[in-house]
Amino acid sequence: MLKYISKRVFWSIVTLLIIIFILFLLLQFMPGTPFDDEKLTEAQRIIMYAKYGLDAPFWQRFGIYLKNILLEGDFGISLALQKNQLVQDIVLPRLGISIRIGLQALLLGTSMGVVYGVISGANKNTWVDTITTFVAVLGVSVPSYVFALLLSYFFGYKWRIFSITYRHGMPFWSSILPTISLSMFVMAQTTRFLRTELIEVLSSEYIKLVEAKGVKRIKVIFRHGIRNALISVVTILGPLTVTLMTGSLVVERVYGVPGIGDLLVEGILTNDFNVIVMIAFIYSALYITMNLAVDILYGIIDPRIRVAKGG
Amino acid sequence: MEQKPILEVKNLQISFQLNFGVNHVIRDISFHLNKGETLAIVGESGSGKSVTTKSILGLIDDNGAVEVGSCLFRYQKDGKDIEVDLLKCGKDYLQKNIRGNKIAIIFQDPMTSLDPTMKVGNQIMEGMRDHKKVKSRKEAVRRTIELLELVGIDLPEKRINQYPHQLSGGMRQRVVIAIALACEPDVLIADEPTTALDVTIQSQILELIKDIQKKTGVAIIFITHDLGVVANVADRVAVMYAGKIVETGLASEIYYNPKHPYTWGLLSSIPSMSGQNEEILSIPGTPPNLIQPPKGDAFAYRSDYAMAIDFEEHPPMFQVSDTHYVASWLLHPDAPKVNMPSVLQARIDSYKKRGDTNEQSHFTGR
Repeated sequence: MLKYISKRVFWSIVTLLIIIFILFLLLQFMPGTPFDDEKLTEAQRIIMYAKYGLDAPFWQRFGIYLKNILLEGDFGISLALQKNQLVQDIVLPRLGISIRIGLQALLLGTSMGVVYGVISGANKNTWVDTITTFVAVLGVSVPSYVFALLLSYFFGYKWRIFSITYRHGMPFWSSILPTISLSMFVMAQTTRFLRTELIEVLSSEYIKLVEAKGVKRIKVIFRHGIRNALISVVTILGPLTVTLMTGSLVVERVYGVPGIGDLLVEGILTNDFNVIVMIAFIYSALYITMNLAVDILYGIIDPRIRVAKGG
Repeated sequence: MEQKPILEVKNLQISFQLNFGVNHVIRDISFHLNKGETLAIVGESGSGKSVTTKSILGLIDDNGAVEVGSCLFRYQKDGKDIEVDLLKCGKDYLQKNIRGNKIAIIFQDPMTSLDPTMKVGNQIMEGMRDHKKVKSRKEAVRRTIELLELVGIDLPEKRINQYPHQLSGGMRQRVVIAIALACEPDVLIADEPTTALDVTIQSQILELIKDIQKKTGVAIIFITHDLGVVANVADRVAVMYAGKIVETGLASEIYYNPKHPYTWGLLSSIPSMSGQNEEILSIPGTPPNLIQPPKGDAFAYRSDYAMAIDFEEHPPMFQVSDTHYVASWLLHPDAPKVNMPSVLQARIDSYKKRGDTNEQSHFTGR
């Protein structure tokens, strides 16, 4: 197992390096520069380019950039947002809050999704199933920013239960609305997936045999049904993290959450190359880690997948 | 006084609701099972064998319904004799008292009938713990090890902690049998227990089932499409075709004195091991569509012996002996005298002549 994990970690690092290269390359094609100030003259702009080393050839710039990352963990300095500050000093303090809200949303979404999925799968084609399926379809098809706007209008503005924007003074309380907005899609996907899986598992031969043993229906579902259905649900956790990340871009903006999603949007708007690369790099790293975690989790739930013994 | 049968199915009719019509799968069948005997129900795919036995345990799919019929089951609980109609007592009653506890079932495919995420030991223990047959987990483990020994699995202490994918097909079927025996049931339904296994394992499992019956006295309903498989095992045989029982009798009567053309067809199609170049006959055609069941004898369309009346009216059960009944107009006093195919007759004669003690085993083909 350890060997398997270290192999995976190695390939993850290789993947991340390739990602950095692609990001760096793509940014060359972005329209505009970090110095798109109308007050700057052409001569000043050339001076700025020279100052930040942007006039060097592509490969030379990439070489320096990569060397700084690998040897010093230095992702460069901000060119536009907070001029001349180290990018990691801007990004890292904001990382925690984004991860926290993301995890909250993942936890809330999957646990609600499992509950709904089990209820609707176990009561296939009844009115309970119809209602949960309706909610799930709604959750999948309505984008998270719509939920964000609706929730902040009703709960924040109209009824004043939660604050409209994120506040440092009450980090959990004011993160509830963004969490719910983000979790809707996760909840809906988990529900739909688990429902389908559970229905299939419950109609399998081995469930028939368990029923033939005289085991109570509720125990059949909990002991055998859910566990087998969850195996395939775990696989969608990876893709779901991606939707959480993209969702966070907008949701953080709506609620004014000082997270990296919000920062990325600003970075893109101002052509702040180094900020963009570092945040995109973090997203990639999170996604790769999530996939690794899913694969390990997979082995824990499904004994057939366990690598060697002691998995 | 003669003992009442432990299980008595009367006038059972089952149909399945499909998108494009109603499938009349079981069309009025009756049979009984005596204590400690083995009844083989034989017929080709789709003849309704499995549905019949699944309905006894209330395990047919949601779109299926028992329309008419009863299934009386007699058992003892706390020293009292109880007689219950399994088709009317409700699923809760079945789950609490009957399933696994008094009537257990073995499915066809051991590769799909075990939960892949649960250790086999726990799967065996599950039934006996839920039915409160054992007081503690420790006792359950001890009993599970005994069961695994009974079904011929070595290193049982190790096996209980293994998952199904770590066992071979034959071993899995042994585990399924152990699960069935966990609560010492009165009736064991074996639904094609050897069909999915290769031939050498097949005979081992057959031997095992016979052996278990000798040791425990459990009554067995053995479902198969292969008359050869049950020749050694069955006390009585019921031959099913298109949702009806067409011939039923003691095993010796079915194997040596078959009367229904369909039974002839089934027997002739078993390859013999005599080594001579004899003809293997097959039954032409396919079974009828039961969404619109044919009028009269459903087998008439495939039979060389069909008469005009076969297309008009379904034959009643004609009695051949106390135990032997046949649903064929050929047995009507007015019917022309017809003999079984000469190939089959010759084969039966040669077996009789040899006077082998192991009677029907000639038909097992092994």
